[in-house]
Amino acid sequence: MLLLIEQCLNGLQFGLLLFLLAAGLTLVFGIMDLVNLAHGSLYMVGAFLGATFASLTGSFVLGVLIGLVATWLVGMATEVIALRRLYGRDHLDHVLGTFGLILFFNEAVRLIWGPAGLNLTLPPWLNRSIEILPGVPYSSYRFSIIVVSLLVAAFLYLLVMRTRIGMLIRAGASNREMVAALGINIKLLYTLVFGLGAALAGLAGMMQAAIQSAQIGMGENILIVAFVVIIIGGIGSIRGAFVASILVGLIDTVGRSYLPDMLKLVLSQSAASTAGPALSSMLTYLLMAIVLIWRPEGLFPAGNK
Amino acid sequence: MTGPASSLRVWVTPRNVVVAAILAFMVLLPVYTSGTGNYFLLTLFTRIVILAIAAVSLNLIMGYGGMVSFGHAVYIGIGGYAVGILAHEGITSGLVQWPLALIVSALTGLIIGALCLRTRGVYFIMITLAFAQMIYFIAVALDRYGADDGLTIYKRSQFGGLLDLANKTVFYYLCVVLLIGTIYLVQRLVNSRFGQVIQGSRANDRRMRALGFPTFRYKLACFVIAGTICGLSGALLANHTDFISPAMMHWTRSGDLIVMVVLGGMASVFGPLIGAVALLVLEELLSGITEYWQIILGPLLLLVVLFARGGIDGILLHWHDHYRAMSGAIGGLMARVRRG
Repeated sequence: MLLLIEQCLNGLQFGLLLFLLAAGLTLVFGIMDLVNLAHGSLYMVGAFLGATFASLTGSFVLGVLIGLVATWLVGMATEVIALRRLYGRDHLDHVLGTFGLILFFNEAVRLIWGPAGLNLTLPPWLNRSIEILPGVPYSSYRFSIIVVSLLVAAFLYLLVMRTRIGMLIRAGASNREMVAALGINIKLLYTLVFGLGAALAGLAGMMQAAIQSAQIGMGENILIVAFVVIIIGGIGSIRGAFVASILVGLIDTVGRSYLPDMLKLVLSQSAASTAGPALSSMLTYLLMAIVLIWRPEGLFPAGNK
Repeated sequence: MTGPASSLRVWVTPRNVVVAAILAFMVLLPVYTSGTGNYFLLTLFTRIVILAIAAVSLNLIMGYGGMVSFGHAVYIGIGGYAVGILAHEGITSGLVQWPLALIVSALTGLIIGALCLRTRGVYFIMITLAFAQMIYFIAVALDRYGADDGLTIYKRSQFGGLLDLANKTVFYYLCVVLLIGTIYLVQRLVNSRFGQVIQGSRANDRRMRALGFPTFRYKLACFVIAGTICGLSGALLANHTDFISPAMMHWTRSGDLIVMVVLGGMASVFGPLIGAVALLVLEELLSGITEYWQIILGPLLLLVVLFARGGIDGILLHWHDHYRAMSGAIGGLMARVRRG
């Protein structure tokens, strides 16, 4: 029972991490109509920047904050130099161009930080176990990821739905020309939104780096999971991304820890130990397939964002 | 001019010259290698020819059908694994291995296609990528067949006394013949009624359906054919490297295939071949210059996307326009410079 609660919390934590990535991805797609494969690279760049600044300043929190600003700047620079030219082009062009960017970022990181990974060490107050419910101990760091991600989600909701800039973002998503005609600097707005998505991805990368260390190519596998999330949630919908990322996080984590045992009930020991890992890594994709059959546009089709 | 001279004039275009040069080079390459004993080029070009088959098959769905699959390398993996697993279990006959590789690839294409073709546009791109990733992870979980580390194939596919695949030259020529056969097949296919429906559906799917064509079935059939051809290239690649591993179907390989098609020129039968040669030779050259060659290749891809939309084939095809535009621009520039 205790293990189940812990696995559910781990699932929630992974799901919220996915949300940080998926939110940026879906925001950029929903507003700029841009498929950004290099989003995972920003996740990686964020992790490396955060780890670097944390070791330079000697403070975890300060490192993460400076890392966030730096990733935001890297994101905006990427948008201004490269991606801005891809708006309005074919999706295939986006895929190719950003695929090129992935190669560039991976190699640039290898050039700057070397092929080995980089560790982001946690301060003692984050690296211990706390009792979140009576009798239920849990890692304070993972718990703080959950809290921070929920705060970010709330911040995003308020930003998009309740502020003037959020209104401009929503207006820009539905009619770019009209917003520009009303005297809004839409180019600047796009750059800012892209920077926001980059910072969110960077935050997710930094938080993951403290668990698994920053590594080259770390953003690629999780980016594909983030794609699965936004497909399930409906591309362009932040609410859909939120629901889907928690769903995917829970199913993936809980499935991985319980499916092999459950298979042992029906299959022989050896068959279960062979099929278990394969089947549990398929779970998220099976979920995606089911959602596709049921609702090809995702759970929350864009339009009612 | 009249008669043969003018018809010759029509045929000698920059594009045909390049295609003919590549084909002649490919056919004559073994003569050079057997003369000098330098097998490096032959190995490189065997790989190029095999991946060109995969790129040609991707072009069928992507260039002609408008179905941008970002998971096409998965069939390379499946074709390769069919050969590798059978070899591991002691079945080395190519007459069993290869048909099975094609059948499993076709079935995978059928399942993935039936699910993915329910969607279009950016959904299609991401979903093909996701399913390819799923199959990649299944291969990673196959402990019996090497999991992450892959599996060495100790004996290449056997074709009785008919073909000896262990002979590099024989294997190379087999690949070239299969590539030319594939290109011919795709050429015939896209010019058939079937191909016209596929191309019509790329241009306007709704109109094709209004005309009474069940486009879903056409597109699915096209998707399956492309997957099957790509499975063949996987069977070849496994024989070429004597090794299979999940890396064969890593998603970056799918990206490479897209790059080959776009770089060479979409919706042109020889485009993917030109693209495969260009990309892989470029990779080889750049990695000779610096260890960090991808830092050059990445931005280069971006530049191709931004400035050379028709790919190399498009540039060759519209050589005169490009030439005129370029000389015009240079002339204008010179005039401006002269004026001060």
